[in-house]
Amino acid sequence: MLRSRVTPCLLVHKRGLVKTTAFKDPKYVGDPINAVKIFNEKEVDELIVLDIDASVQGREPDFELIKNLAVECRMPFCYGGGVKTVEQAKRIINLGAEKVALSSAAVQNIEIVGDIGKAVGVQSVVVVLDVKKKGLLGSYEVFIHNGKKATGLKLKEFITTLNSMGVGEIVINAIDRDGKMEGFDFHLIDMVREMTDVPMTVMGGAGNLDHIRQVIQRYKIIGVAAGSLFVFKGKYRAVLINYPNKLEKQALLQ
Amino acid sequence: MVTIINYGSGNISAICNIYDRLRIPYKIANNEDDVEGAEKIILPGVGAFDETISRLDSSGFRSILDHEVLNNKVPVVGICVGMQILAERSEEGDLPGLGWIKGEVRRINPSSLKFKPKVPHLGWNSVSVSKANKLFQGIDAEQGFYFLHSYYFHCHNSEDVLATTTYGQTFASAVSNKNVFGVQFHPEKSHHNGVTLLQNFATF
Repeated sequence: MLRSRVTPCLLVHKRGLVKTTAFKDPKYVGDPINAVKIFNEKEVDELIVLDIDASVQGREPDFELIKNLAVECRMPFCYGGGVKTVEQAKRIINLGAEKVALSSAAVQNIEIVGDIGKAVGVQSVVVVLDVKKKGLLGSYEVFIHNGKKATGLKLKEFITTLNSMGVGEIVINAIDRDGKMEGFDFHLIDMVREMTDVPMTVMGGAGNLDHIRQVIQRYKIIGVAAGSLFVFKGKYRAVLINYPNKLEKQALLQ
Repeated sequence: MVTIINYGSGNISAICNIYDRLRIPYKIANNEDDVEGAEKIILPGVGAFDETISRLDSSGFRSILDHEVLNNKVPVVGICVGMQILAERSEEGDLPGLGWIKGEVRRINPSSLKFKPKVPHLGWNSVSVSKANKLFQGIDAEQGFYFLHSYYFHCHNSEDVLATTTYGQTFASAVSNKNVFGVQFHPEKSHHNGVTLLQNFATF
């Protein structure tokens, strides 16, 4: 039987790994390659690595870093950050990433999603949407550039667009819950799950394994990603890379 | 010695990395001459069917591969789309496949799935081994492998099914006929099971 995925999401800032809170205050948590080595040993389901500087600085993805990560990863690896063109996406897949994530490029030019899908296969195209609740009616707006730039796009409308374009996976990142470790936004996940058939991964809010278990129980097959939970330990947020062991994992999936 | 076909498709570096750690000798074939006299062949592949098969053609590997696999009976394993191109044709494209295993590639039928997500089939799924074979020796079938695909291999001869996986419908997640093997999942990204399978292929 297909199982839900429990996925660490790592953020790259100034060539090191960081963890943010509500997309702010990046705290240094270590070296990317070293983290991958530890996650290999822990046999994680898959890994997402997002370069949070690339799009903001308007620069290309760091291909050297991607290459080093892909070689080291014994699990499927999704890279995002600064990907704007078909050529870049092809190069990333050829370097050994299974999936390439688009965010601001997809928002600014939806056609690129289809073009990249044609070049590398739709199943390898991931769209990451950073969203924030807007107003009292429970609608959500899509943000880009690490939550700094509002796009005016309603999440619902954009999901409809993505459905017609075809993507391999949608990652929903709840900006307000980032780093808070207080649990997931089910209202948000319900809405997106209702609207689309493609695999989705939810991020923003995981503070303990029970939070993850709640998501899996509710949606059966889903990807659950977490940052803080897998890089911090204890209430003082000491840096310690961790991941549920086999038994803990089985309990999550039951 | 395992020969990995480098025709610009698939995750070659991840496969090499596993063989490096296992201290199993391998070589990357960058042109047809590199394939001559191969003992074992790995045919990776990602992306769309037509693009993959045209790349294999334009890179000049096609005739030497046909020769080594069909005449010299060199064991070969196709991975992911590298498995799908072993078939005769695919619903995903118009070009004929290699035809080394009788069958066709079909799109996963979303209506066979009771709940979301539907397509692609993405994530870790278990396998059920259909016939005794050396490739799956020591594999934890329940743990299974990592899958990422929207199309699946439909064998015309059921005896060519090596293992099955269920996602809505039950499909062939591995196929084999004599020296030709194919796996739909990604052994190079499947932790312990994947390492075991790649080791089995290199050493049987």
